[in-house]
Amino acid sequence: MKIHEYQAKQILAKYGVQIPKGEVAETAERAADIAAKIGPRVVLKAQIHAGGRGKGGGIKLANGADEAKKLAKDMIGMKLVTHQTGPEGKIVKRLLVEEALEIARELYIGIVIDRAREAVVIMASTEGGMEIEKVAAEKPELIFKEYINPASGFAGFQARKLGFQLGLTGETHKQAGKFITGLYRAFEGTDASLAEINPLLVTKQGNVLALDAKMNFDDNALARHPEIQAMRDLDEEEPLEVEASKYNLNYIKLDGNVGCMVNGAGLAMATMDIIKYSGGMPANFLDVGGGVSEEAVTNAFKILVSDKDVKAALINIFGGIVRCDLVAGGIVKAAKEIGLKVPMVVRLKGTNMEAGKKILETSGLAFYSADTMKEAAEKVVPLAQPQIKRS
Amino acid sequence: MSILIDEKTRVVVQGITGGEGTFHTQKMVEYGTRVVAGVTPGKGGTTHLGIPVFNTVAEARLKAGANASAIFVPPFFAADAIMESAEAGIEVIVCITEGIPTFDMIKAKAFLRGKTSVLIGPNTPGVISPGKCKIGIMPGPIHAPGKVGIISRSGTLTYEAVDQVTKLGFGQSTAIGIGGDPIVGMKYIDLLKLFKKDKSTAAVIMIGEIGGTAEEEAAAYIKKEFNKPVVGFIAGQTAPPGRRMGHAGAIISGGKGTAKEKMEALERAGVHVAKSPAEIGLKVKEALKKK
Repeated sequence: MKIHEYQAKQILAKYGVQIPKGEVAETAERAADIAAKIGPRVVLKAQIHAGGRGKGGGIKLANGADEAKKLAKDMIGMKLVTHQTGPEGKIVKRLLVEEALEIARELYIGIVIDRAREAVVIMASTEGGMEIEKVAAEKPELIFKEYINPASGFAGFQARKLGFQLGLTGETHKQAGKFITGLYRAFEGTDASLAEINPLLVTKQGNVLALDAKMNFDDNALARHPEIQAMRDLDEEEPLEVEASKYNLNYIKLDGNVGCMVNGAGLAMATMDIIKYSGGMPANFLDVGGGVSEEAVTNAFKILVSDKDVKAALINIFGGIVRCDLVAGGIVKAAKEIGLKVPMVVRLKGTNMEAGKKILETSGLAFYSADTMKEAAEKVVPLAQPQIKRS
Repeated sequence: MSILIDEKTRVVVQGITGGEGTFHTQKMVEYGTRVVAGVTPGKGGTTHLGIPVFNTVAEARLKAGANASAIFVPPFFAADAIMESAEAGIEVIVCITEGIPTFDMIKAKAFLRGKTSVLIGPNTPGVISPGKCKIGIMPGPIHAPGKVGIISRSGTLTYEAVDQVTKLGFGQSTAIGIGGDPIVGMKYIDLLKLFKKDKSTAAVIMIGEIGGTAEEEAAAYIKKEFNKPVVGFIAGQTAPPGRRMGHAGAIISGGKGTAKEKMEALERAGVHVAKSPAEIGLKVKEALKKK
């Protein structure tokens, strides 16, 4: 799960990580009030989940409350397009209004899980403000890493070491140590999957603060962090994805026009792949789960066809524990309720496949059937092409 | 022959009295797996499905001679169940549970270091040596005893590959789901080492997916040391970056872990890479012919 910058900073502050003075504004008047309180010089930062806000006009400097009000008026409600939002952009609903600080150095601190080492790793770099992937590719020697021992946990010397590697001394080094320690505690305490401070700011006065903050969380652990769950912003998510998540379905909207519905994540990805291999483009990823119920199938079907981009769909079920007749029942039920809407190729395989096929055949609905994945993909792709007449 | 489990394997089911545990224990017993014990804390001394239930895994090992475990406990308790099994000296631990927090798994894996147990999963359909023993939730009937080893991060996609291999008449020596999570027990290389020594395995299918670097690491090992033909498939060639594709571990992050990178690494290692999931079986046929 992702959260906004201002929410990440709220969490970090609780763990003793220093953040700039600031508050959230949903109106231009509120932005002016905040600027009057903490200004005069403030930074207005659009709160959307995507990165690259600065280049898209989502971060602006204001001198005094009046200018803050004027700028905020334009920013709130604007459609912000960045390299991460896609061309449709995101509507800005809130601004984080923060004190403008005098920058001496911009550094980088990030915490992630290193899958190969099976440990948490803290990464620090002198190259703040750049994308860390770019630094890793171009100047890997400027990234310093500390792996956390899972048994003994984070150790203070690791923070001190990173501070020295970043070239910090004296009081600034001390502050950085506290900062890194707090950041790690926040990461562990919230079951985060990413905590990234880019840039980590050293002010002209030698103070260390989080100028930006990004945190992502382990979805598997959310149930034990209700306070994090409450930070979910449904406006930042694709509406169909939100709908699917209500039924515990994994749905991701993509750019193509061939819809697909599959049981199991690996098979769902493979089904998308074979659609492309056969000359089409998948419209979505939709995994109804390994142990799917008739109800889940019905809901999945509805979500699948409510995507206007879908011109034809492929349902690929490998029944194991899941029975094909149960899945077929769910499909027919949904199709009768809301109509078939687009041509649909169904491939049922495994447990009770014959019974499942029979349910489809006798339903009075015009499903296309296929025995193999290859056949199914080769049937569905032409059906999604507008120029081909459907029979 | 087979790897990890065979007709002598004695299984304890952790969480045997739960819904999932009950259902799949029945299926395993029907398949012929020797389920000798169950564990549900507080229900020790009772029987379930005619199988003795114990309070702890240590007891199940001592009194019923269990040497493998199948874990069907809820996600927040599963890492604990893994550690309990390892502490009790269970040789093969198969954790079916999906949804375990990553931090819990980091700790469980640290706990396993230096122990003799091996872990399969979590978030796996399990392990099967067809005709001998099944520990997991995969459908038994699509499998057939044979000479192809299968290692996969997926569930139903593995069934697809199994089905193709069975239809072509090759069958499987052992099929293992290593799990779809970011942190899992045995990985490709650990299992390739076992398949290398297993005389009944003539070829191996490796089914990977986007995210992480396990496939690339396996490719390096195959190039250097593995002497049997390997067929590879990577799911997620059309997956967008930054999105978790169902499995917790299936995510392209920071431009790393793409299907393309993985397929290229496997090809460089001499693996027969299937571009379409429908070609996995045929690639095995080709690979065995060339040999």
